[in-house]
Amino acid sequence: MKGALRLAAVDPVAMRLGLAPGLALADARARVPDLAVADHDPAADATLLDALAAGCGRYTPLVAIDAPDGLLLDITGCAHLFGGDTGLAADAEARLIRAGLTLRHALAGTADGAHALARFQTAPAPDEAAAIKRLPVAALRLDPEAETGLKRAGLKTVGDLACRPLAGIAARFGADAVTALRRLLGEAESPIIPRRTEAMIRVERRFAEPIASTDYALAVLTELATEARARLEERKAGGRRFEALFFRSDGLARAIMVETGQPTRDPAVVMRLLRERIETLRDPIDPGFGFDMVRLAVPVAEPLAATQLKLEGGAIHEAEIAALVDRLSTRLGRGRVRRFRARDTHIPEQAQLALPAIATATPAAWVPPAPDEPPLRPIHLFDPPQRIEVIAEVPDGPPHRFRWRREAHEVRRYEGPERIGAEWWRRKDGAVDQPGLTRDYYRVEDVRGRRFWIFRHGLYSEKPDPGWYLHGIFA
Amino acid sequence: MRESSHPPAGPPLAGLRDRIAALSGPDAAPSSRIATGHAGIDAALGGGLAAGRLHEVFAACADEAASAAGFAAMLALRAGHAAGEQALLWLRCDDAERRAGGLYAPGFAELGGDPDALLLALAPDPVALLRAAADAARCAGLVAILAECWGNPRILDLTATRRLALAAEQSGVAVLLLRIDAQAMPSAADTRWQVAAAPSVALDANAPGHTALSVELQRQRMGAGGHAWRVEWDRDRCIFREPALSGALVPLPQRGSAAAAAERLLRTA
Repeated sequence: MKGALRLAAVDPVAMRLGLAPGLALADARARVPDLAVADHDPAADATLLDALAAGCGRYTPLVAIDAPDGLLLDITGCAHLFGGDTGLAADAEARLIRAGLTLRHALAGTADGAHALARFQTAPAPDEAAAIKRLPVAALRLDPEAETGLKRAGLKTVGDLACRPLAGIAARFGADAVTALRRLLGEAESPIIPRRTEAMIRVERRFAEPIASTDYALAVLTELATEARARLEERKAGGRRFEALFFRSDGLARAIMVETGQPTRDPAVVMRLLRERIETLRDPIDPGFGFDMVRLAVPVAEPLAATQLKLEGGAIHEAEIAALVDRLSTRLGRGRVRRFRARDTHIPEQAQLALPAIATATPAAWVPPAPDEPPLRPIHLFDPPQRIEVIAEVPDGPPHRFRWRREAHEVRRYEGPERIGAEWWRRKDGAVDQPGLTRDYYRVEDVRGRRFWIFRHGLYSEKPDPGWYLHGIFA
Repeated sequence: MRESSHPPAGPPLAGLRDRIAALSGPDAAPSSRIATGHAGIDAALGGGLAAGRLHEVFAACADEAASAAGFAAMLALRAGHAAGEQALLWLRCDDAERRAGGLYAPGFAELGGDPDALLLALAPDPVALLRAAADAARCAGLVAILAECWGNPRILDLTATRRLALAAEQSGVAVLLLRIDAQAMPSAADTRWQVAAAPSVALDANAPGHTALSVELQRQRMGAGGHAWRVEWDRDRCIFREPALSGALVPLPQRGSAAAAAERLLRTA
């Protein structure tokens, strides 16, 4: 705001000293000369919150992120595992304090109620309904104008608002205010959107004491992969995606995800891919104070029947190649291992699609080359084509000499033009009368026998001075 | 006494030979050879290119990247044709895409390959490339691996090539190491080739003809190197052949003077 540095967040000590978010940094320094400040990094905050949300997966599968600094947990039916609601809250609080974070929590029957209580409750109340009624109207999360309007009308708390007729509130402050009020009071549904949908298969192991060795965690993961195989076999399925989650005792969790091209349930394959991924991580897995839980989830599974092997070993070879594709995709990255698919178009650079090999598409028909013809398409294609300078004997004639990458090439043989028109029927705006430029392709061979594929972009009738481009090189 | 303590030289020598042959193991004789179809090349190689070995293909200069890539692809297709399978892995670095252009599947089909059987893997650097190649060379489901390596990375030394060669021997996969803009270094490769484009035999109306290359067998492990040929690729039969005798035929030039030789001939023609 107005170019001044301002405080984005303050810790409890600073708050006691009278500092508040939004204060200019210069004013804050004037009040507290030895103030320690750090740059506001919203991305890092979001990453930390995400790791905390993953860590809360230990309590319940339904965790929603309430940006920028909240988490919503649906603990229905889960709390008894941790000694009831209060036991669970105490466990979470203990972990976060170990991680150096401050926690405010609240338990309520609805997500909106819990959100409002955690943020705005100042004094204890006999029960949840009374507590919500005592909350300030800011808990409704309305826009600032409506909030000021409510305060001016003398409606300071949710309870003040709740005893008025709803029709009047809707007329004055809009339907949103009524919805927010009804949600807060538990009269309307306030569902949470979980951060991640629950995986079909989940196997996990909790440790009595946190373990500090990643190797041991991986050994446990191998056992879990064997358990997962049994569960997948029961369903006659194989996993296409596997997620290993390492829960740290300070509440954070790290997820490692691998993908396979074919459904699999072989623990050795899964572990090999996971180890491969862990090796290539830019920031290695940090055990911190130790892991106290490891989980293996299979979010995506597909039917996998027992395979019939071909006599010639064809199925074995295909499986080996699929395993190789998985390994390379895990190590190099999903998009770096590709298969080619044909597209039905005349535009050369669009005639092929290089797709991630791990997501196998059905083979498309390639046009077989005509017998006894020399290669008409180059082995290497530049995309975008490279600009060249061409000297032709007549303006719309074949190239006589051209210069590419500061080297002159004398054309000895040529064939062309192969005229490729623009695809006017694919124009987005329906401008069929402006189809784009026609290309005249020539196959040329220079003195040394190097063969190039060059084209003139545009006919002389279309453009006054069409440019020449080198598009590809033949073997 | 003397006679008995020093037995005749014949039997121990033969025994030593046997022991050496046993020690050198599978190195001694490749299980099979892939005939290239070109009589001169097959004769020089003793029947064809050894299957399940490492072969190096050098581009004569950086401009000849496409010719060398084409020759390596043709060798891989030959291997696939002989094995009755097609699966081919082409490994490249990111900078190869930038410098030589992207691999174009319709062009690969024009050489006689099946683009559906082609896998392309892009590595960020030569280290990752060689690691992926060593891993893939153990996968017997592939017919050939084409690892395209630009320049002279320090990682690509005798040990690295030896690793690739061993993996190829175990799995029977032909590993073709494509070296562009590179100096030849000691390596464990079975053969070393240098490839440059050659003027093709013109078709009607002076159109460029079938792919012609001038290839030089610079070195081979169990035989003599230093042969050079001009070959033409017959896409329909998937073999190399002698260029046809029609049109202007350029005799095999000495290195570096190809352009001059071609020019001379074309002037006289």
